[in-house]
Amino acid sequence: METINYQNFRIEAENICVDYNGKVALYDANLRLKPGQICGLVGMNGAGKTTFFNALTGFVNISKGKIRINGESVRSAQKDQTIAYVPQNEGIDSQFPISVWDVVMMGRYGSMNIFRCPRESDVQAVKDAIERVDLTDHLSTPIGNLSGGQRKRTFLARAIAQRASILLLDEPFSGVDIRTEKLISELFIQFKNEGKTILLSTHDMIHVREFCDLVLLINKTVVAYGETSEVFTPENITTTFGGISPDFLFGPES
Amino acid sequence: MELCSFLTLDSFITDPLTHDFMRKALLMSSLVAAVCGFLSSYLTLKGWALMGDAVSHSVMPGVVVAYALGLPFSLGAFIFGVGSVALIGFIKQKSRVKEDTVIGLVFTGFFALGIVLVSKIKSNIDLHSILFGSPLGISLSDVKQTIFISLLVVILLSIFRKDLMLYCFDPRHAKTVGINVLFLHYLLLTCLSLAAVVGLQSVGIILVVAMLITPGATAYLLTDKFDNMTIISVLSAIISSLIGIYISFWFDLETGGSIVLAQTFIFLFAFLFAPRYGIFKLKKFFAGYK
Repeated sequence: METINYQNFRIEAENICVDYNGKVALYDANLRLKPGQICGLVGMNGAGKTTFFNALTGFVNISKGKIRINGESVRSAQKDQTIAYVPQNEGIDSQFPISVWDVVMMGRYGSMNIFRCPRESDVQAVKDAIERVDLTDHLSTPIGNLSGGQRKRTFLARAIAQRASILLLDEPFSGVDIRTEKLISELFIQFKNEGKTILLSTHDMIHVREFCDLVLLINKTVVAYGETSEVFTPENITTTFGGISPDFLFGPES
Repeated sequence: MELCSFLTLDSFITDPLTHDFMRKALLMSSLVAAVCGFLSSYLTLKGWALMGDAVSHSVMPGVVVAYALGLPFSLGAFIFGVGSVALIGFIKQKSRVKEDTVIGLVFTGFFALGIVLVSKIKSNIDLHSILFGSPLGISLSDVKQTIFISLLVVILLSIFRKDLMLYCFDPRHAKTVGINVLFLHYLLLTCLSLAAVVGLQSVGIILVVAMLITPGATAYLLTDKFDNMTIISVLSAIISSLIGIYISFWFDLETGGSIVLAQTFIFLFAFLFAPRYGIFKLKKFFAGYK
């Protein structure tokens, strides 16, 4: 067996399985991503996309297989603030009494002391992150008063403030305005140049072609994985979506 | 003449203070209100109102058993409080019954066990005071215990204030950045059980759930900032306790019920007149419709 130099990979998931009380959500899934790669995660609802994210962040335990983040365990990746998770807009309580500033500051919690007192450097990181997503005018706005796109950018800023090298984004383009979409795609290019690794789930086939170097098609397990140009074929997409043709799902253009 | 004397506001407030039991009741109830109010903002945001209901009822057999064995009743209450939650989690996981059903099932079961135990264990436990509270008859050892537990809960909540907020808001992010989510989960449960124990004293087991839910709900209608929500929640809880005790003193009403009714009225007031989230959006009204 050849020895793999884990240092070359940011994410290394090997035959991972996740089950919830005996119900299998994901099995024998593999993924390897290097710094600077953007990978699209495509599958139906319930195909295990969120489960995959949860396994990588350590939010659920895997029942089989192995995950290495930068060659280390998930636990030490958590301690090192390596992974940032940007939730779906539906995944958070938008009525929570919290401001943009406070949400972004949460990106720094992991590296603060137990009382979570912000240091000068934390404040600066939060300021910079908010500036990068163009929300400086909304520092103290409660998240409930933001538009869907602004809320998405708030959580992106949190990931930036965290200074994570791996970004997991759950449906980053759903329910956002054109301006946000443009800003997110610009950020993706910057992240790529900074050597960050991005894994994003999406329903939108056009975005996959536009941004993703690699694509991972899943339906409880990996259907296909590789360079977008090679793997993202109508046949593979049809298999991923349980025999329904992509034309029917996304219109003839895609 | 009592009727005449409370016509002046001054004596309305000062007269009860001449009684030792009233001073004690006011102090204890304010303390309990502060603890429950503090916790209340977390429960409201976490969506744990039903959990508060469950834990506060489930501590009942714990209190009875602890009395019977001569242990501090906070210990018994704590074990049964946390135990009930563990049992709820277990049954939910191992059966197809939905969570709210499981919660209702478990806490009524525990509560019934408590009532049966009280009738069986012939002791000096006063069922009425457990069910409805007896802030006017608090003993010295109860006072000490209440102060100790209240301080403990307030200190714990203060230390982990921000982590608990994050846990309520986005547990997945908390976990991702290496914060011990399981610890926070049990910390919140522990504080809930302890708050139920101290709350039981002033308003009783049946109404303590109101102390754990209403102040947070009131505050939630009044602010968009978490810190302010906590402060408003605590203040509204303390004010309701004071109002409730005074009203019950002057009009000879059940104390626990009066405290909770005062809280309910404050909530209704916020519900109607909260600047942004009230029925009559006063902010808009005063700004004029633009």
